[in-house]
Amino acid sequence: MKEYFNNIYTALYTIFVGMKITFRHLFIPAVTIQYPDVKLKLPERERNRLYVNMDDCIGCDQCSRACPVSCIEIETVKSIPGEDLGKTSNGKKKVLWVTKFNIDFAKCCYCQLCVFPCPTECIYMTDVYEFSEYERENLIYDFVTLTPEEREQKKLNFEKFMAEKAAADAAAKQAPKDEPKKEA
Amino acid sequence: MIYNFFYNLFGSEIIAGFISAALPLLIFILPFALIAVLLERKVAGHMQDRLGPMRVGYHGILQTIADIIKLLQKEDIIARENDKLLFNIAPILVFAGSYAAFAAIPFTSAYIGANIDLGIFYIIAVTGLVVAGILMAGWASNNKYSLLGAMRSAAQIVSYEIPTILVVLTLVMFTGTTNLMTLSENQTALFWNWNIFGGPELSLAKFLLIPFMIIAFLIIYISTLAEVNRTPFDIPEAESELVSGYHTEYSGMKFAMFFLAEYANMFAVSAIVSALFFGGYHSPFGYLGNTLDIQWLIPVEQFFWFTFKGVFFVFVQMWLRWTLPRLRVDQLMTASWKYLIPIAFVNLLIVGIITLI
Repeated sequence: MKEYFNNIYTALYTIFVGMKITFRHLFIPAVTIQYPDVKLKLPERERNRLYVNMDDCIGCDQCSRACPVSCIEIETVKSIPGEDLGKTSNGKKKVLWVTKFNIDFAKCCYCQLCVFPCPTECIYMTDVYEFSEYERENLIYDFVTLTPEEREQKKLNFEKFMAEKAAADAAAKQAPKDEPKKEA
Repeated sequence: MIYNFFYNLFGSEIIAGFISAALPLLIFILPFALIAVLLERKVAGHMQDRLGPMRVGYHGILQTIADIIKLLQKEDIIARENDKLLFNIAPILVFAGSYAAFAAIPFTSAYIGANIDLGIFYIIAVTGLVVAGILMAGWASNNKYSLLGAMRSAAQIVSYEIPTILVVLTLVMFTGTTNLMTLSENQTALFWNWNIFGGPELSLAKFLLIPFMIIAFLIIYISTLAEVNRTPFDIPEAESELVSGYHTEYSGMKFAMFFLAEYANMFAVSAIVSALFFGGYHSPFGYLGNTLDIQWLIPVEQFFWFTFKGVFFVFVQMWLRWTLPRLRVDQLMTASWKYLIPIAFVNLLIVGIITLI
């Protein structure tokens, strides 16, 4: 009998304790962050989408080799004499035309290993993290600043230059045999 | 009365009857359900330190309207193995059952759907339709979770009907009427005349009654909470166990009807509790219409107080929902048969004895 009334008392008492707590929470400001409108400040060393500053890129391919998932594809073409590619911001002379610099962000694991080897610090992490796409192909980012025609042009230029050089060499040596052309 | 007003306006009993009967649905239950769903989500959100709906309209006030439009557009899915007839009737029956209860609830002194002398008895009887509808829905869905939910619901509603009726009986014995209109009229003037404070008669019995009236109120509040299948008595639709109980298989507007019926029920139950214990539509502080001598203002004020009390009890129901965890089936039955019913019985006897002296 004592237990019976004790049960009733505990039930009612605990209900009121619980109600007091929930009522207090009614007036505690919500912890919700209204995401697309309000965004949390990112941590200082956050790792998100990569960016390549092509003005500084010397086409050394070190980032591509550092990448553990091989998501960076780089192709370069040597410049021909007379072409001035300018200098990077830390004073290195550029000698290669970068004709292909693709980063596949579907593969990228955001490990930042490509950032450290870069001699000119032209590849770095940005704070952009909202870049989802419906098609996986859209996640392949092309960073080359040259237009497709220019890229073809640079390749042709170099091939022509090599051919001319080979021809000049051949003429200079007076060699009877034609040397096979070397590919870049 | 509103019915007489429409009768004079149209000169036809049928049209006046139809309009008078449709009034609570159109001007009360539908807007109330819209507001209550939003209130529920907002209360739920803020009690959990969230915000609730925020996107549609200012602080999400149009969220339920958007939801209703979504539900209207939805495909009405009926599985092949369903019992088509029962499946289609069930939501209508559930809604009709909860809507019919509003016929005998006095909204103001100027409007009551049907001023019948058996008011509270009629309400208890007609809400029995809800049990039938729920069982029907569970059975016709041909789904084990639905059937389980429906059976639990039927068992629960039948068990908790007893303490409810015992408390109603206490009140009927105390006031001597089953007409909700008269019940409310008895508790007029200040809040000290409400039944929870021992009724309008100033005597020794009034003060002796107060603790027992509070016990009676607690019992009827708990058992009506169980009758409308709200947490902590929501085992019929226990999300984590039964998907969503008897309305698992329903989609589109049929689901919306169950939803509407649930909220209509919540309000009906709160209105009954307030009519029995808290003076129904009566203001606790007297009327502005009386002091200013504007007669038409009184029903407006009464409507405000009626809505206020109803919404307050609905709010408490929501508050409890986010406070208490769900009861197990055996705990549920224990609470009803071993605690509520004996206490209600003893309470009935004591109130009877006190009323005699």
